[in-house]
Amino acid sequence: MALTQQTIGASAPARAEAAVMVAPRPRRRLWRPQTFLGRFILGVIALAITLLFLYPFAWLIAASLKPRGEVFDNRLIPQTLQPQNYVEVWNQLPLLSWLFNSVSIALLAATAVAVSSSIVAFGFARFQFPGRQVLFGLVLATMMLPGAVTMIPIYLIWKELGMLGTWVPLWGMNLFGSAFYIFLQRQFFLGLPSELFDAAKLDGAGAWTQFWRIAMPLSIPSFIIVFLFEFQASWNNLQAALIYLNAGSPSDFTAPLGIAYAMTKYSPTAGGHGDYQYVMVAALLVTLPMLILFAFGQRYFVQGIATTGTKG
Amino acid sequence: MNHRKREALTGYLFISPWIIGFLVFTAGAMVYSLVISFTHYSLATGQATPAGLTNYAELFKDPKVALSLGNTLFYAVMAVPAEIIVALGLALVLDRLSRGTAFFRTVYYLPKMTPAVATASVFFLLLNGNTGAVNKFLEAFGIRGPQWLVDPAWIKPSIVLMTLWTVGGTMVIFLAALKNVGAELYEVAAIDGAGPIRKFVSITLPMISGAMFFNVIVLSIAAFQVFDQAYVLFWRDQTNSAPDSSLFYAIYLFQQAFRQFDFGFAAAMAWLLFLIILVITLIQTKVGNRFVYYEGRR
Repeated sequence: MALTQQTIGASAPARAEAAVMVAPRPRRRLWRPQTFLGRFILGVIALAITLLFLYPFAWLIAASLKPRGEVFDNRLIPQTLQPQNYVEVWNQLPLLSWLFNSVSIALLAATAVAVSSSIVAFGFARFQFPGRQVLFGLVLATMMLPGAVTMIPIYLIWKELGMLGTWVPLWGMNLFGSAFYIFLQRQFFLGLPSELFDAAKLDGAGAWTQFWRIAMPLSIPSFIIVFLFEFQASWNNLQAALIYLNAGSPSDFTAPLGIAYAMTKYSPTAGGHGDYQYVMVAALLVTLPMLILFAFGQRYFVQGIATTGTKG
Repeated sequence: MNHRKREALTGYLFISPWIIGFLVFTAGAMVYSLVISFTHYSLATGQATPAGLTNYAELFKDPKVALSLGNTLFYAVMAVPAEIIVALGLALVLDRLSRGTAFFRTVYYLPKMTPAVATASVFFLLLNGNTGAVNKFLEAFGIRGPQWLVDPAWIKPSIVLMTLWTVGGTMVIFLAALKNVGAELYEVAAIDGAGPIRKFVSITLPMISGAMFFNVIVLSIAAFQVFDQAYVLFWRDQTNSAPDSSLFYAIYLFQQAFRQFDFGFAAAMAWLLFLIILVITLIQTKVGNRFVYYEGRR
């Protein structure tokens, strides 16, 4: 536990979440049910919740394989199996473009914010300068500001720069760091022993070398956490896509905007035929990358912390 | 240049991306937004004509501002406690399991990975009043389920339900807090003959009050900005009218800004939202400081 706490302690959500994801098996606790019956009941409860939580996924997968008329029959094993939905959906919706757009934007957004936040965080963590406390307080304060307040001016800035309809407004601001990630990375850098940097300084390493050659390689686990969190945030971002890409053709949409579009396209109230099986295929394909990311991320957290932990 | 000045300069250089971003996209944008809120802004010409306090006066005159604010407040009052209770309940179950914790934790967290838009599209079908799985399930117990997404009274509970499915993030924060509660406290309590409820109220709750406080604040701020689900379910299609009770503040603000392009009014709405969130957070902090127990602080 000490190891996890040093790298990613508690208090901020991502750190808390990550800490639990990688927490080693805790020792037997006294407040655990002692009797067999107690353990049995607890197990049944846990299993019931599991079914409840997995049901929408199962329903989604089943519905995506059904013909139009059976989508609502709530069978988890389709009566008529129609896997052609997965072929037909590519003709129905520009799904490939949506996925490509979303992946590209999310990669740009996550890379930009992880790198820039690391640079800024290193500045706050390793150097003394007048106003450091105040400025860092300001960084934290920006987390309180609802996006709505700056939404319109930022739109006007991008409009002035001729960026409407491009990807830039969806990731460009990430080049300047983001409060929560700066906080995260700073915490990590503060945990690195300063002898490491003193030794490098003696060897004639400049500030940038200290950052790029020493701090960054060591911070890979928390870097990845930042990257994954921002990738997910970007992937889910509906509002920015609505503001900046909605005026274009459907093939310019991102995945969330595309799902909203598909919902309308097939909605009977908007003149569709209720082909919700295609919406379900699309929803599944949009969710899948996140599930893969999660599977990949969970393992990576453990690996990364294990390797740096032994050195720190 | 002496050593100290050099170090300061290096520090400023490292944080300069943030300073630039802050000056342009936060501080600059805030000032700009404030200015716009006192004007009538025409997007076509890019001209802003002074409007004095008209936009702010309009906040009180436009019944939809009050309506959407009321909807949002009502939603928040329902959603935040529900999320806290469910997340804490899940965390307690996970904390007490002796085996399979990793598996169950992954499963409970999984919905959190689903994009809100996808969640909304699935629940749109699950919550169908006549054929939806939720009502079929209730039917099995002899309960006639409501017309979730049609009946104005059930629209907000529907969105709460969706939010509860994705409560995994909050759960994980509680779980982290629970793991830090020392076993000795429970041992001592057990010697004193405290029952499980007493232990929960007197030990667990105070010991995780920091996480509780954090979660309440973060969830409240999020609840006040609820947008995605409501947009996908009710407001994506501009040609169709949606029920009044689904008009959340963030939706109305978005419509005013990017459907009506009434930037002045939308900016005023945004500042009102900021003020409300600020006041609520301050109240929560005040209340929180009384109850939150920080280890190592008297």
